[in-house]
Amino acid sequence: MSLIATLARLEAVSTGRAQPAATVRHRHLSERPLALVPLTTAGEAGAPLGALVGDDRDAPRLLVVPQPRDRDLRFAFLAELADVVLPFIDSHADAVEAAERTEVDPETGKRVKVEVELCADAPQLIVPSRAGIDFVRLLGRSMRFRRTAEQDPETPHPAPPRVPLLGRWFTHYGERARVPGSALLLAMTDVLSRHWATGQSTLEDQHLGALLAWIDPPDGVSGAEAALRAELARDAKGQLLWPPAGPATDPAFDNKLLAPAIENYNTARTALAAAEDGEAADDRLAELTAAERDIRALVESRTRPTWDAVWRGLDLLRTLPEGAHAADRWTRDRWSFTGHRDRVIAGEPPQPRRDDAVTAANKLATREREQARLEAQEALDDPLVMAGRRLAGEAFAGEVTDVVMTYSEGKRPSPRPLVTVRTDDRPQLGERVKVYRSLGGKPQSAEFVRHEDVGHEDGPGAEGSVIVLRVLDKMGRGKEPEAGSVPEKGDLVVFTLFEHEQRGGAKLPDADQTPWTHGGPPGEEATKTVPEADPVTEEDVL
Amino acid sequence: MLLPRTRGTALRQRLAELRGPSVPPKALDARALAALAANPGCRRRAILDGAGVNKATLASALGSPSAFGQSQFALARGNTFEARVKADGGAELLRLVHEKLDPGAVAPTEAEVPDLTATGPEGRTARTALALRDATTARAASGTGGWTLLDHPMLALGVAGSPAFLEPDAVVVHPDGSWSVVEIKSFPMLDGSADPAKVGAAARQAAVYVLALEEVAARLTQGGDPAPTVRHRVLLVCPKDFSNLATASAVDVRKQRAVTGRQLSRLTRVEDIADALPEGTCFAPDLPSAELTAAVESVPAQYAPECLSACELAFHCRDRSRARGAVTSLGRSVRAELGALTTVDDVLSAAHGRSGDPEDPTVAALRRAATLRAEALRGAGLTSPEREPQPRPEGAVCR
Repeated sequence: MSLIATLARLEAVSTGRAQPAATVRHRHLSERPLALVPLTTAGEAGAPLGALVGDDRDAPRLLVVPQPRDRDLRFAFLAELADVVLPFIDSHADAVEAAERTEVDPETGKRVKVEVELCADAPQLIVPSRAGIDFVRLLGRSMRFRRTAEQDPETPHPAPPRVPLLGRWFTHYGERARVPGSALLLAMTDVLSRHWATGQSTLEDQHLGALLAWIDPPDGVSGAEAALRAELARDAKGQLLWPPAGPATDPAFDNKLLAPAIENYNTARTALAAAEDGEAADDRLAELTAAERDIRALVESRTRPTWDAVWRGLDLLRTLPEGAHAADRWTRDRWSFTGHRDRVIAGEPPQPRRDDAVTAANKLATREREQARLEAQEALDDPLVMAGRRLAGEAFAGEVTDVVMTYSEGKRPSPRPLVTVRTDDRPQLGERVKVYRSLGGKPQSAEFVRHEDVGHEDGPGAEGSVIVLRVLDKMGRGKEPEAGSVPEKGDLVVFTLFEHEQRGGAKLPDADQTPWTHGGPPGEEATKTVPEADPVTEEDVL
Repeated sequence: MLLPRTRGTALRQRLAELRGPSVPPKALDARALAALAANPGCRRRAILDGAGVNKATLASALGSPSAFGQSQFALARGNTFEARVKADGGAELLRLVHEKLDPGAVAPTEAEVPDLTATGPEGRTARTALALRDATTARAASGTGGWTLLDHPMLALGVAGSPAFLEPDAVVVHPDGSWSVVEIKSFPMLDGSADPAKVGAAARQAAVYVLALEEVAARLTQGGDPAPTVRHRVLLVCPKDFSNLATASAVDVRKQRAVTGRQLSRLTRVEDIADALPEGTCFAPDLPSAELTAAVESVPAQYAPECLSACELAFHCRDRSRARGAVTSLGRSVRAELGALTTVDDVLSAAHGRSGDPEDPTVAALRRAATLRAEALRGAGLTSPEREPQPRPEGAVCR
């Protein structure tokens, strides 16, 4: 945490309200995101208990697994989830715009522009917390290798038709969420704590209710009190008034409410199975339906507060104007979405259990590059973030006090004006260190020449230092720089020591050229065949 | 016994007084020990755990009940899974141990599973030590070893001057006479990898067992034989993917063992803490709340937000820490950043130029940060709170 962020937290403590940690919104928010509030069964891997899902805050769809250990009920849940999520994804897949992409022509080896489709918008998925992102990834893993009856008539427990496809999409979203600055799948706690500093620790910020209580406490109550209530307040039955955002449930809920309800359901189901005649069966079916309705009510009572909190968080975030570069990063998300849409249409197999060396290296390189891009773009978009970089000596702001025209030596002298900047910041400049400023959205570079004597006792490096820079580019081709391309005396300028745009690294070899140091080429069967489904055993159900 | 008799008796007496009359002691388990070792500076936790005080009950009596609990679904699942892994004389478990830890040894076609039942933790500890000795010496004598599986043995470890009894899921004696710890967990291992946070917790827990086993091994050295080796690679057994089948992975706990060992030895001795307490201090949960609070407050605590996931008293300590305005309640890293300024008021008044030595690099950096932040917020049309002092809400008052 930077000192500025720490200071913001301390101010939040002393004022009893969260303080701004950003002046603009650094993540794109879709007009119509899909919210997903999942719950899982304690102790089981990938056994969902229920979920609220939908893109209409007033009409979420409630999905429940009355007996989470029953594979058929679990499949029914996943099929229902697919019925909500896949149409939402498809509705974004068809609206496309033309775009260009540079590709290497396989025959000539030259880089050529190719006309491709780019989806005009991408479906955005919002979950309450970071654990929700992990759960999406887990669900994706549990579904994508399943086989439907159509794919494999022999399979003992075929999955409903669209479930493997949903698994592939969830896997893609889960992977994309690991890319810094991406917004395809967002955790509400992460986005909120990016924009507000609360008076509690980052660990406590993982609680969506407490986080919202700090940001927007009810009238007359301090954030600290409201957060404490959100964390701990329980009703007469010992249940939390603000249930955890999930997917894990509160143990008190499991033990006191859910376990008896599931027990009832089991009894009713056994009774129905043992019913001897139609009349008895009808009665017992009614009992079973009632038991199921109880569980549905319980699940809804635990997910609805979180559902409302997610939408309230969205409202709060929408009060901030979107940062200038957020749209640029969203375009990358749209490319990512379009790319996966194309892979699905092309009939490629689901993502493998483990990436091969080249794919893994590519993913890591992408994340590193996007992290650097995100840091640079956030600083350019947001003076508060830039303030942190200035404090760290990675940028400086000041007033231009002098401009002297000089020219480069060479056959065709080009303008290399010397710009003198007076600043209170203390950038870590060494000889010929390059600095950048944003000129009409493009970076203009300059190099550090010297510290000027300030003329008062402080000397260079102390407060109020004067820096001489030589501007290097973006001044046009002529002998005289283009109008507006050189700062003028009296201008306020901000220079950064970090680059504004990230260059891609060296290209990695194709997968079939993987060097032996990285395990060698993956081999025929690894690339061609469809990955095996997880073996289904009787042990799937306890 | 772990302590000289007279001193031990006196201390036990003292700890029983602290716990309160007619309150049975709560045994320390490995999870609690690992948590204790993660915050070795906390005297409050050391004395309460050392005296066997039930911290959950205490927290409720103090009016800040802990939020810990285990879902019965998780419990049932954990037990079923462990029973499955150990079924059939531990055949599956030993197969995994052989495959992952000791593939060079003979295959465990048959194994001894000694009976470890005895009365009381001391009895079970002695029984375990005996079984371990028998299994180890038998191998040395015959030279042809087999496998021995100890199901839920009991180990004793001296912690801060008082013994803690620990119950690992299983300990295996290899054919070469070395011992290894087996930890059975019910979180899944997906495509060969599991949640790093959970694996880390399991490794810290296993490290405590390794330390305890090493004490047992050290006591077996009579007669000039070298002490049996306790392997530093433990076996973590988890469900495979989404099934109920077992899979396992060897986890090297050398680092956790070193860290935990060092932290446990650093723990201030319980008797020193007990001696520093005022006469008549008692933590019995049926005392009036004010008296109990005073008793708890008489031992200093080291609260950090990490306590929330590890200690039943965390909410109580957090309230106190916040009321004091301690910056550590925002995180240990915050505290590290602010040097000698330890309260919220100190930091803010230094940052806004009302106090502090401008030559101090921390103060200088804080002032610079405050200026830059205010400037950026003004530029965006937002206000920074220091420009318009507001009355402090409750909960953040000065000492």
